[in-house]
Amino acid sequence: MTAIKRRRGMALLAGGLAAGMLLAACGGSDDSASDSAGEETAAEDTAAEDSGGEEDAGGEEDAGGDMAAGCEAYADYMGNEGTTVNVFTSILPPEQQLFEEAWAGFEECTGIDIVYEASDQFEAQLPTRIAGGNAPDIAWIPQPGLLERLVADGGPVAAPAATEALVDEYWNPAWKGYGTVDGTFYAAPLGSNMKSFVWYSPQVFADNGYEVPTTWDELWALSDQMVADGIDPWCGGLESGGATGWPATDWLEQVMLRLYGGDVYDQWVSHELTFQSPEVEAAMDVVAGWMKNPEYVNGGFGDVQTIALTPFQDAGAGIPTGECGMLQQASFYANFWQNFDENATVGPDGTAYAFYLPEISSEFPQPVVGGGEFVAAFADRPEVQAVQTYMASPDFHTSKAALGNWVSANSGVPLDTYAADSIDQLSAEFLTDPNGIFRFDASDLMPAAVGAGEMWTQMTAWFAEDKPTAEVLADIDAAWPAS
Amino acid sequence: MSVEAHEMPRLPDVDPLEDKPESIPQAARRKLSSPWASFIVVVITFLWTIPTLGLLITSLRPAADAQNSGWWTFFANPAVTFSNYAEVITGGDTIPSGITPYFFNSFAIAIPAAIFPLTLACMAAYALAWVRFKWSTAVFFGIFALQVVPLQMALLPLLQMFNLGWSLGPIPIFPDLNRPGSEQSLLAGTYIPLWIAHTMFALPLAIFLIHNFIAQLPRDLMEAARVDGASHFLIFRKIVLPLSVPAIASFAIFQFLWVWNDLLVALTFAGGTPDVAPVTAYLANVKGTYGAQLHLITAGAFIAIVVPLIVFFALQRYFVRGLLAGSVKG
Amino acid sequence: MEELLTGLEKLWSGFLGIVIFGVLIAVLFFIGSRFRGRLSRPAAILIFLGPAALLLVMGLIVPAIRTIFASTQDASGNEFVGWANYQWIFDSQFDIIVNSILWIVITPIAATALGLTLALLLDRMRREAVAKSFIFMPMAISFVGASIIWSLIYEYRAPDKPQVGLLSQIVMWLGVDDPPKWLLWQPFNNYLLMVIMVWIQVGFAMVVLSAAIKAIPSDVVEAAELDGATGWKLFSRVTIPMIRGTLIVVVTTIMFAVLKIFDIVRVMTNGNYGTQIVANEMYAQAFVQFDVGRGSALAVVLFVAVIPLIVFNVVQLRKDRATR
Repeated sequence: MTAIKRRRGMALLAGGLAAGMLLAACGGSDDSASDSAGEETAAEDTAAEDSGGEEDAGGEEDAGGDMAAGCEAYADYMGNEGTTVNVFTSILPPEQQLFEEAWAGFEECTGIDIVYEASDQFEAQLPTRIAGGNAPDIAWIPQPGLLERLVADGGPVAAPAATEALVDEYWNPAWKGYGTVDGTFYAAPLGSNMKSFVWYSPQVFADNGYEVPTTWDELWALSDQMVADGIDPWCGGLESGGATGWPATDWLEQVMLRLYGGDVYDQWVSHELTFQSPEVEAAMDVVAGWMKNPEYVNGGFGDVQTIALTPFQDAGAGIPTGECGMLQQASFYANFWQNFDENATVGPDGTAYAFYLPEISSEFPQPVVGGGEFVAAFADRPEVQAVQTYMASPDFHTSKAALGNWVSANSGVPLDTYAADSIDQLSAEFLTDPNGIFRFDASDLMPAAVGAGEMWTQMTAWFAEDKPTAEVLADIDAAWPAS
Repeated sequence: MSVEAHEMPRLPDVDPLEDKPESIPQAARRKLSSPWASFIVVVITFLWTIPTLGLLITSLRPAADAQNSGWWTFFANPAVTFSNYAEVITGGDTIPSGITPYFFNSFAIAIPAAIFPLTLACMAAYALAWVRFKWSTAVFFGIFALQVVPLQMALLPLLQMFNLGWSLGPIPIFPDLNRPGSEQSLLAGTYIPLWIAHTMFALPLAIFLIHNFIAQLPRDLMEAARVDGASHFLIFRKIVLPLSVPAIASFAIFQFLWVWNDLLVALTFAGGTPDVAPVTAYLANVKGTYGAQLHLITAGAFIAIVVPLIVFFALQRYFVRGLLAGSVKG
Repeated sequence: MEELLTGLEKLWSGFLGIVIFGVLIAVLFFIGSRFRGRLSRPAAILIFLGPAALLLVMGLIVPAIRTIFASTQDASGNEFVGWANYQWIFDSQFDIIVNSILWIVITPIAATALGLTLALLLDRMRREAVAKSFIFMPMAISFVGASIIWSLIYEYRAPDKPQVGLLSQIVMWLGVDDPPKWLLWQPFNNYLLMVIMVWIQVGFAMVVLSAAIKAIPSDVVEAAELDGATGWKLFSRVTIPMIRGTLIVVVTTIMFAVLKIFDIVRVMTNGNYGTQIVANEMYAQAFVQFDVGRGSALAVVLFVAVIPLIVFNVVQLRKDRATR
């Protein structure tokens, strides 16, 4: 359930305060006006996409002519004036304002009005809306598993060639695979988050003379050192409303990818490797020795059971105070530190910072588990394709990344776009590194009955009720859909 | 206030109560020792109020206090701030958008969604009670039984109806309201789907309760009117409606509270946008997003319950009358 | 300012909706009253009953039939699987059914019993109305609001920290050093969740039963007292039989509410820690895991579970009608 995690992170961003209200106030009239505009021009023949879109859609070449100054970059998307494209997402305000800021120039130059709609019930609402005949033009889908299911029911339309070309050029091939179903490419990646981080307090580390561990063994040596110093080395929280349990699935994924590498991970995702196989069992034992180790957890909250009860947003509360040494959480957790202290900063000298969760063996170098959302279209009108292509371009990704608190795995975004030493920059480094093993969050890839159901439930029971590992794994296997 | 005896409707088979010397529990209670009864009542009332009191107090505390100490420590360390409310109402540093637009939506949804099912239920109840036909009893029990249909399962078919229209073969039952060339239904972004859905889901209970009341109206009154040549429509307007005010009022309050507090129907038919979504949707969003900001969530929750509380306290004397009809017998 | 203006616009559109609705009904009535003679009765039935019947068919009956049909299909609703979904429920979801039965039996009875006790104790007591209002108040609170309120009670913190949950603090004051993690505390966590529902419903039971008690004719009471009935005897031989109808309505109404309610469980525990119930599992299957077949089968199990209740009520109603 990447959406919920990321959504909560982003929504905690400060800033953009008044804009939300303004939007709220204008929303109603906007809708009706743009709708009727869309109707008038929908029939117009707009061939811009067909003629120019195939080449470099993010292109810098000058289209010249009657184009307004500053609009050269959007030459490929022209010819759709007065049209409307609506986008449905799980990313709530205030992040919404940053997206609108990022594509303001595009809207102005092309005359395409992008209408943004967000819901925290996105995963339930989108299929309902599609089945109800009320599909959005574009949806940002956070789970490849959901995309696959929607394609099976005949919702999304294939991405235009221009979009595909951009993805081929700028992304790690694994990413393209996640937007592809049965050999057809549907959806380009949008934002990403890097999940293989461990959060810590630089201050606490400095005071105790701890070094950031760079190998798996150093990590456990440090943990034991902390125990000796009377600090609980680890903390965690699984509570997340309807998605309770997801952080535990992340822990298992980290260990799986580190122990066995990408190929075995892929087999696990496709259930060629069952949960009851010795590999998964061994990985569960590693997690048990880590997050279910009564010596190690749960810093700031109590015993192992409290991991199940603690909201994941609160899990890091003990880091700045030194009650908890380390927290394994994704890059978006950067936004949460101000929850605990209004003046919190994130950085090598700040309240909190993150290091890469080290690899286990050199056989599988620099494994990275990540998440992100994918831009799927449900209509093939030229203006929809123009927006879809634009949303894959380095141009758009750079202008969005420059606004902060957002990471793209698009290698066309220069690393110095991100603030120096920010978590965003650190994430982007790992996500775009061609030498690392990148894999998507496995629970987002598995069928919903497992990835958004039984796996959450069983991992929660594993912590809350100390349910035996063998039973947990057997029950998850039993929930895997028969077909 | 609430249900003083003299406010009871003078139903045909319920005796007037004014001159009643002493009710049963009064007699029974003399046997129980009265101070004990009072004590128990006070304790329960107190227990029942504590949770809401905790909410109110938390919403008035500064952020740090609210997050790091129990609300009862407020009494030892009373610090009050209204900034939580200011932030939730207009938006602020933590929550950028305020509750205000949602508040208006809730009214625009709940008032019509209380009136529509009531009107239709009164009409149906009258037909079932006084324009009896061969199957009217069966129809009535059928409608009663419909209360068991889980609302969740009706959501998807209804959504399809609003957006794609329904037809039985070539006969259109509900028109396809999509504008040509547009993916969006005419109804999208309006309150209309919400009104219709709430009306549908409210009808079984409404018809059942109002029928119980209307069926008890004096038979001779109706018959006299019929003899005078009054049409059913005239009888309905001039006799049935005015006499049914208690039942109507009680159900109206019930339905208003229900719609105001609904989240599921709102999420399905309105989404989460400030254009049409109600307060509960805002609250659910805020709770999901700002889970740790206890002082703000509680302020939002308190704002959301203020209206139903006012409605309830202002109108509670009407509340019971209609619910009672049909079940209370002398 | 702008917000207020849009707000007024919204209220206006609500008002407009009511006006249009009123006009439609008026037109229907006008047309109906044109019919005279033999046609007037059928016309009246059609116009009075038609709109409600149409909405009920579209909104409830058709979806119910579709649900029964979908319960025999696979996850995406494309293939017939027979009883497989029901098999799944009885094989692997038995705990859920047990929990649901506990909810359906305990909650209405507890709420009604407590409501009846209060109604008896409160009758004609001084400040009756004040107490009633406070006890009734939770009725007006949404489940979202209630879940926020109750998380302030059940919140667990380590014993060496300042407590935020009231319940933990109380048992610590009472000398328990290590309070349980309330929501994890099986099987009692189920009952703690039921407490929330009882908290909401007691006011309803109390107010309705109190009015029913007041409606008992005084001559019945007097006659009973002349016969020497007092206290418990008066209560069990006179009061209970006299308000029997109301009691049934109250219990049934709360049961229907409990059957469909999933918000409390969804928000407080999401069905984890052994607290799952059918209504929430149904929502999760249908809307989170997109298994329409299993979701529908769970819905059908709910229908079937309620049929005896409905039959019982219909029998009662018929009896009442016969004696009228």
